[in-house]
Amino acid sequence: MNTSSHSSVLVVGGGMAGVTAAVESAELGREVFLLEKTPSLGGRVSGMRHYFPKLCPPYCGLEINYRRIKENPRITTLTSAEVTHIEGTAGDYKVTVKIAPRFVKENLCDPITPFAELDATVKDPFNYGMCNKKAVQVPHELAFPYAPVVDPTALNDATTKAAIESLPGVDLKQEPKEMTLKVGSIIWATGWAPYDAGKVSYLKYDQYPDVIANVEMERLAATNGPTGGKLVRPSDGRETKRVAFVQCAGSRDDNHLPYCSAVCCMASLKQATYVREAYEDAEVWVFYIDIRANRYESFYRRLQDDEKIHFVKGKPGNIEQDASTGDLIVLCEDGEGGSISRVAVDLVVLATGMVPETAVNKVPFDGLTYDEFGFLVADPQKAAIFPAGCVKRPQDVAASVQDATGTSLKATRS
Amino acid sequence: MAEKVGCFICTGCSIGDALDVDKLIEAANETSPAVVKTHPALCQDEGLAIINSEIESNALEAISIAACSGRDKTAAFSALPNVFVERASLREGVVWTHEAGDEDTQMLGEDVVRMSLGKLKFASLPQAQPVEVNNRVMVIGGGVSGMSAALGAASVGKKVLLVEKEATLGGFAQHLHKIYPKDLALEAYPEPDVAGLIDQVGAEDNITVYTGAEVGRIEGAPAQFDVTINQGAEKINSLIDSVVLAAGWQPYDATKLEHLGYGKSPDVVTNVDFEKLVKENDGQIKRPSDGKSVESVLFVQCAGSRDDDHLPYCSNVCCAASLKQASYVKEHNPEAAAYIVYKDIRATGHYEEVYKRVQQLGTVFIKGEIESIEPNGDKGAVIEATDTLMNEQVFIEADMVVLATGMVPTTLDTDVLNLTYRLGPELPEREYGFPNSHFVCFPYETQRTGIYAAGAVRMPMDLASCVDDGTGAATKAVQAIDLISEGKATLPRVGDFSIPDFALQRCTQCKRCTEECPFGALDEDEKGTPKPNPTRCRRCGVCMGACPERIVTFDNYNVQMLSQAVKSVFVPDEFEEKPRVLAFACENDAVAAMDMAAHNGLKLNPFVRIIPMRCLGSFNIVWVADALSNGIDGIMLMGCKFGDDYQCHFIKGSELANTRMGNVQDTLDRLMLESERLRLEQVSITDYDKLPKIFDDFLEKLDELGPNPYKE
Repeated sequence: MNTSSHSSVLVVGGGMAGVTAAVESAELGREVFLLEKTPSLGGRVSGMRHYFPKLCPPYCGLEINYRRIKENPRITTLTSAEVTHIEGTAGDYKVTVKIAPRFVKENLCDPITPFAELDATVKDPFNYGMCNKKAVQVPHELAFPYAPVVDPTALNDATTKAAIESLPGVDLKQEPKEMTLKVGSIIWATGWAPYDAGKVSYLKYDQYPDVIANVEMERLAATNGPTGGKLVRPSDGRETKRVAFVQCAGSRDDNHLPYCSAVCCMASLKQATYVREAYEDAEVWVFYIDIRANRYESFYRRLQDDEKIHFVKGKPGNIEQDASTGDLIVLCEDGEGGSISRVAVDLVVLATGMVPETAVNKVPFDGLTYDEFGFLVADPQKAAIFPAGCVKRPQDVAASVQDATGTSLKATRS
Repeated sequence: MAEKVGCFICTGCSIGDALDVDKLIEAANETSPAVVKTHPALCQDEGLAIINSEIESNALEAISIAACSGRDKTAAFSALPNVFVERASLREGVVWTHEAGDEDTQMLGEDVVRMSLGKLKFASLPQAQPVEVNNRVMVIGGGVSGMSAALGAASVGKKVLLVEKEATLGGFAQHLHKIYPKDLALEAYPEPDVAGLIDQVGAEDNITVYTGAEVGRIEGAPAQFDVTINQGAEKINSLIDSVVLAAGWQPYDATKLEHLGYGKSPDVVTNVDFEKLVKENDGQIKRPSDGKSVESVLFVQCAGSRDDDHLPYCSNVCCAASLKQASYVKEHNPEAAAYIVYKDIRATGHYEEVYKRVQQLGTVFIKGEIESIEPNGDKGAVIEATDTLMNEQVFIEADMVVLATGMVPTTLDTDVLNLTYRLGPELPEREYGFPNSHFVCFPYETQRTGIYAAGAVRMPMDLASCVDDGTGAATKAVQAIDLISEGKATLPRVGDFSIPDFALQRCTQCKRCTEECPFGALDEDEKGTPKPNPTRCRRCGVCMGACPERIVTFDNYNVQMLSQAVKSVFVPDEFEEKPRVLAFACENDAVAAMDMAAHNGLKLNPFVRIIPMRCLGSFNIVWVADALSNGIDGIMLMGCKFGDDYQCHFIKGSELANTRMGNVQDTLDRLMLESERLRLEQVSITDYDKLPKIFDDFLEKLDELGPNPYKE
């Protein structure tokens, strides 16, 4: 039974783990505040084309969850919001929250038409900067709330700023707001960021535009991505009919991320299906140390049966470019053949791992425990601040949801 | 039935610019509603005030808000008091997806208004039907998952009956020498804290433990389950609300692994045997055949796993288990040799650290395949393997061989729940016999409401995950009680008050509803008449779609409502060359995709009228007759992908609709009416870009066929 002075739950992070924790907590009868740093919920999964193993779109489950949020008066959603300070003890936390302005009038009727004529664009973070977006727009097709926001980076330029300011519905006078929440427990679900592939210098991510990270591959394949879902080389728009996936790009590597991120094998196998589906004659190479398809063996088996998909045991040592064709050459010692393979491809996808958000941005509360990689360790004896999802350990969506569901009960009883 | 209805037409968001609003009002007035009003921003304070005052002054029972998509502005329009609200999508459904000022756009807009008002005639607001609950959860299985579930449910005040078939709690974990590392505390593997969990369970007043006990029978429905627990000769009866199934797993039958030497020598054992052996001797490892202190142990990974002749799947934990057991060997004697023959070392996540340490201990890893394992005389074994990295044959003599056998769900060949449901005593099985919901987003999306699988019976998982999973299932079991007590549905239509009503006097005992309900909600009497169990119901409407007599009705969603919507479409005569198509669409995915098309400025064919559905499984074939007799030229069903990788969250709604449609097509052929007038499209929520072509292609086909001959 909840005997604490405040029974409400604060969920920090509006990705899959946070959204789940919020709806599950609310359906356990708690008042919930759901905080998200960006202007809309959905987190990393909203940028993915498909989930493995069903190859179904993440939007479908998000839509169900957003409906649960819309219909549940116990949930208060705060976007563009960050926790700046936490004080108190289990059952009685005082949390300071800072909310950035959207610079668009509240309760705007029409989220699209007033900004349709605006020409100014900025780099689109939802698409990992692979394309531009309007300086004022709804973040993406299934953004929740479905509301426009002014990208603050657009305001640095005086002309752009003036153009934006002249739009009906825009209000650049909005100031950041600060508010204090009183809650009994906190679920920390701020998620993960992809490891900076540029740090693995021999994989040439910073050098060749056609070496991309797995998260970018999701955008490239997505209907609402920079190419409308067409798989083409970023450098020149040529169809990517030969694609190499480099597993453990910076993972299981003491110089980078010593741990395994648990999802990259399945992510690459899934992305291999994007390539094979896009072009009938497409060919795929997967360079791997171990294929960790644990719960999805049948998916792996289906791909092994495809003669156009080649699994090469080995860690590529270098990537070169054929100057005449622009092809990338992946050099790798084939662990099972002994020979050095040189594979010419159109696109190299690096399976980069997950860095917990808490490795960079800690919970603003003293005395919590983090492991050596920055993952937040649950310690209910110390505080009713519970990690959920990928700040706790690298895990796939199904495991994050499982984790967040159970964590809601822990947060409820504390 | 709503007698007093109102219609509110918004002219904002370019609706008023693109459409002739006077004609929309005329269309609305065809059915003589009590009130028709327009406003340039219904969602804003002034607009809402008008709606509220009209509801009050006219005592409206149902209203249509013809404005933006029903997915938008929900906060504004859901605050309206005690009135049934139908949202007619003029913005996304008409003006943002069609040419402004066009005659066909105008006709579509008018139809959208008419259809929404048609529905209202047969709609009413469902009243909550609270259910008296017992606040009791039964947890089956007293292992780590079950104990975690019991403690979770008890911690929020629910009473728990914890049923364990063995004489003691603890499950499989109590037989472990040591468990896996928690987080990164790898310096020594901590002793299993099973004892700690058992103590906590014992200290919890809300939990009653039944050991040496099994579930004899579960009768009834959530919040009214009447269970019989057999404890020895004694039978205990109790009323409970929800169930967590945590019956665990069994090791794969190693007697089937003779090709790996099992049964040929006592020194070839399974990983489960090995764990017990080490535990019994407190870390010392003695060879079973002669008690010799072992000097070499070879571990065979995927022994009967990832193998089509045995278990095709990976059991997820055996790699980490063998790594741990290899460390037992080194702890027992640092000079002893440990070999691991593997396909892939699946030490995911933080287990990578364990892998690294076990490598550092000097364990020999051989990627390859076992060719043979034979007894070495009467002691130990000789192993021949192909090392696929070195591309050579290797021969190893070892004192012992440990086969890393996989996990089989206990429920595979044992009935555990013993439900008295029409559709069978256990949870429906998915791939490989696990009752996994198989959904990424909703791992506890059970096919038997109020019954949640947890732990290794759900899918192979390690102990840390079992704790999480037991707690997660407890969350759902607790929520089920609370939601049902308020008369609300559970996932995915959480909070829905509507309950299907069966006009049983018209039932012809065809049994379609009882057989097709994805959730086994309906039982039958001896004559075959359905016996509804409202607390098992998930409100998908599959029964309503199945019923040829149309006896199944929800207050706010029923055959008559949609029939009336179909009949409300104005169909021009054939000489006007304006064909009409109805698209019945899944409201979660296909309808959302249409909104996305609108937001992207895509243009859709103006001859198509959309009818949102709770689930395509609620599609009743009477609407085909309604449509064809109204002169509609074609009918499209837009639902989720079906088959092995089905995406329907009511399991098989679109598949059932497809079957029903196939039956109708046969009938149409017999009537010499082209069956191509009916089409099912599998549309996912992100297929918005494909919608223009999907509609145009269908219209093109209909153009070939010519107009519906029943058209006036």
